Amino acid sequence: MKLHPRYTQIGAISLLVIATLITLAILVFIIAFVLGRGLLYVNADFLFSNPEDMGRAGGIFPTLIGTIILPLLALLIATPLGVGTSIYLTEYTRESRVTRIIRFGADCLAGIPSIIFGLFGYIFFVTTLKMGWSIISGGLTLAFMILPTLIRTSEEAIKAVPNSYREVSFSLGATRWQTVRKVVLPNALPGIVTGIMLSVGRSIGETAAVIFTAGSSLKLPGSIFDSVRTMSVHFYVLAREGISNENAYATAAVLVISILSINLVSYWIMNRFIASKLK
Amino acid sequence: MDGMNKICISNLNVFWNRVQALSSINLKVPANKILGIIGPSGSGKTVFLRSLNRLNDLIPEIRIEGRILLDNQDIYHPEFDPVELRKRVGIVFALPIPLPMSIYDNIVFGPMLSGVSKKSVLDMLVERSLKSSFLWDEVKDRLKTSAMRLSGGQQQRLCLARVLAMEPEVILLDEPCSGLDPISTAEIEHALTVLKKDYTIILVTNNTKQAARIADNTAFFLMSEMVEIGPTDTIFTVPCDSRTNDYITGRFG
Repeated sequence: MKLHPRYTQIGAISLLVIATLITLAILVFIIAFVLGRGLLYVNADFLFSNPEDMGRAGGIFPTLIGTIILPLLALLIATPLGVGTSIYLTEYTRESRVTRIIRFGADCLAGIPSIIFGLFGYIFFVTTLKMGWSIISGGLTLAFMILPTLIRTSEEAIKAVPNSYREVSFSLGATRWQTVRKVVLPNALPGIVTGIMLSVGRSIGETAAVIFTAGSSLKLPGSIFDSVRTMSVHFYVLAREGISNENAYATAAVLVISILSINLVSYWIMNRFIASKLK
Repeated sequence: MDGMNKICISNLNVFWNRVQALSSINLKVPANKILGIIGPSGSGKTVFLRSLNRLNDLIPEIRIEGRILLDNQDIYHPEFDPVELRKRVGIVFALPIPLPMSIYDNIVFGPMLSGVSKKSVLDMLVERSLKSSFLWDEVKDRLKTSAMRLSGGQQQRLCLARVLAMEPEVILLDEPCSGLDPISTAEIEHALTVLKKDYTIILVTNNTKQAARIADNTAFFLMSEMVEIGPTDTIFTVPCDSRTNDYITGRFG
């Protein structure tokens, strides 16, 4: 049986629209579910006071700090390494066996479950290097975890910059580094930032690797050698140990809102950046 | 006699992997003249042009033999810095490629690489090079807007202005008018005839009439060889080689 193209057209469009709607519905449902259960308990007091009685009462202020400081530290470590590696791989080397091995290695690392990174961080940073359960152990472990993603996304972003731009830059008397700095990086920036945002999301949401390396202390950390608990870990502990469902969902709500707003703000900044270049 | 010649090319062979892209090119480029290079596509014109400012260095598959002298200095000598060379020998590509930044920033790109940072000097360079490429009047009120917004013809004149702002000695043009309408083409051609008193110009073109209009000397390339070179009048009226005659009268190509 052969259908008229008009009907296959209608069929295709309906299927695609349905797929999109289901995807949207799932997303909206999850967010609404979490916010609906948790938002009721969120107020300024909850955000800015210390937890009491293991988190049964009080707020989540130390975990808020932990959630900001751990991913930030991881990014500060991983971004220069990742972007630097991707610049080297794309601009300074030719496609060879070595670059293929590095790329393959990065791909493999990106697919390793986070708990393996946690285990590694525990054995290497926490015990062997005697850093203990601390912000620095957790930050380094998270940095290692997001590094492959950062390298690969930056690499794709850099490769997407048209080669003709490089030729123009060289023809105007630029060295390779000047070309990278003035032509390649500015044009790859939106893609690199997307990779950074993905990494931020991953490290904010991480629990396994964090529990093993940063610990789960509920005290406000005094230095980067203190243990800290992130919101994700806090949520996990509250829910897993059955300590407080209300506070668990409230924490989850704060977590969801933070990630949404980070994404919104970075998209907004990125759009303004792109618009300013095309003014 | 070398004082009159800006560039001397002797026995230039260029290979793309195993394929010979140029074979035994011998050619002298007189200073302050326009040398037109005509020939069908695939004859090696672009590879030739890109050998003159060592842009081919960026393509690992390309290997170059022979000697190219710029003011009697071998540009492929190991101690000759290709970055300095490219500041002296500018190129305008076939397609206009403005960098995604403002008109002003496009033009000061080269000078700023060379360390020029004084605003008054940069402003002067922008105005002077835009005037030389006959674009100033059209863009003087919107120098800070994106160069991507210009029309194709304006973009190509911007690319010319960008090269002029580097204050090079030689300007290479690789079919600069291939994507342009007759009016924009006339504007570029006019600019070139004015510019030749200060620069040595090599113009690769697919358009034989363009070479006839503005080139002082014309070389004919065919299948990786240079068939002949001579004053434009001679080439277009009494060429030595019958293949040249066939090409310019439109029997092939």
